Amino acid sequence: MIGIVDYGVGNLFSLRSSLQSLGLDACVTADAAALRAADRLILPGVGAFGDAMQKLEATGLVPVLKEQARQKPLLGICLGMQLLFEKSREFGEHQGLGFVKGEVCPLAPDLADPALKVPQIGWNALQIVRDDPLFRYIQNGEYVYYVHSFYGKFCAESTLAVSEYSIPVTGVVRAGRVYGTQFHPEKSGDTGLRILKAFAEL
Amino acid sequence: MITKRIIPCLDVRNGRVVKGVNFEGVKDVADPVEMARRYNAAGADELVFYDITASFEGRALFTDILTRVAGEIFIPLTVGGGINTLEDFDRVLKCGADKVSVNSGALRDPGLIEAAAQKYGSQCVVLSADVKRVDGQFRVFAKGGREDTGRDALEWIGWCVEHGAGEICLNSIDTDGVRGGFDLELLDAVAARVSVPIIASGGAGRKEDFLELFGHKGIDAGLAAGIFHTGLLEIGDLKRYLRANGVEMRV
Repeated sequence: MIGIVDYGVGNLFSLRSSLQSLGLDACVTADAAALRAADRLILPGVGAFGDAMQKLEATGLVPVLKEQARQKPLLGICLGMQLLFEKSREFGEHQGLGFVKGEVCPLAPDLADPALKVPQIGWNALQIVRDDPLFRYIQNGEYVYYVHSFYGKFCAESTLAVSEYSIPVTGVVRAGRVYGTQFHPEKSGDTGLRILKAFAEL
Repeated sequence: MITKRIIPCLDVRNGRVVKGVNFEGVKDVADPVEMARRYNAAGADELVFYDITASFEGRALFTDILTRVAGEIFIPLTVGGGINTLEDFDRVLKCGADKVSVNSGALRDPGLIEAAAQKYGSQCVVLSADVKRVDGQFRVFAKGGREDTGRDALEWIGWCVEHGAGEICLNSIDTDGVRGGFDLELLDAVAARVSVPIIASGGAGRKEDFLELFGHKGIDAGLAAGIFHTGLLEIGDLKRYLRANGVEMRV
């Protein structure tokens, strides 16, 4: 059973459906006991960092996630990945969960090509910089779907894959059993499904 | 690098996909769920579903079709037609839509753009604009291209982006269904005005039209319906052709 952390942020329809299509059991829950009983956890999220972190804290699940992240694989998706970082500079400075060393910073001022649009919306090739069981079913250079204006920075030691957007943009991070993808695997077609399948087998 | 996107558009009426020529004389083509499957397998980068009659007849969207598509196809889905309130956003997002396209609803209530952007984020709010030349001016049309609003298209699109529209789907009524190429003059004018992604719609007839389109700065995606539905152009072939000609494509 995969526990999808429900803290009122984001659209979980596609995430549930994509796991279902892989034949995986998943439940969307804010119940600490259910999250403790799950084999692995997914932390979804869209929207603004500060608001999402506040909502997550309001559920009282932060200590549960901190304890469970040591015991089973956890995957943060999009904003859910950003929450794994120590802090974010999205509209002020916010503390994150602190699983991954680094900061979440605005993409626009760092781009080498200022003509590129922010948010980055669309399909970009995933360049694997460090092989990992998460990539068991994909090849280097497959395309994944991004929608974001902020990105993980100062996290080289945790970075497993990047996508080129005039600079290498952090695509996948890992710290211990905690993984994060900036892109949406549940929206990345067959490639995304194969990443989710690998996560379910970790 | 980020790819250019090829997006088939499914105009849905009474549960079937239809495609008009200049928005008139609609012909039945096929089942939307089956077509969505076909396009996903062919490598479509995104799918757009429009309830083309919703703004005219006030018909609710076919959320069951959307739910079925979103339940088995895992690429971005944009839904439009009959989006007038935040509740309409909510309804289609719950059925698996990722982006919501607003057209007449925003013309009636311009505050909808900002309210939706605040609630769901700009990335979720697509402004769809039907534009036609009237007396040498680009004018915005409402109600599926039936009604001249008298508004200047560039002013309107610029205003919507300032108020939170995260992407523009630009439909040229002048070139729609004609298959003589995209409306590059209009697209260039909008690209010079806004910095959010632009989806070009209306006029694609040949693969060369897409190559020419992506040679223009600031255009992120090409959308078409009839040429894909009839098989005149196969999405996989189109994308391989574009990639062979130097356009970044997911193939």
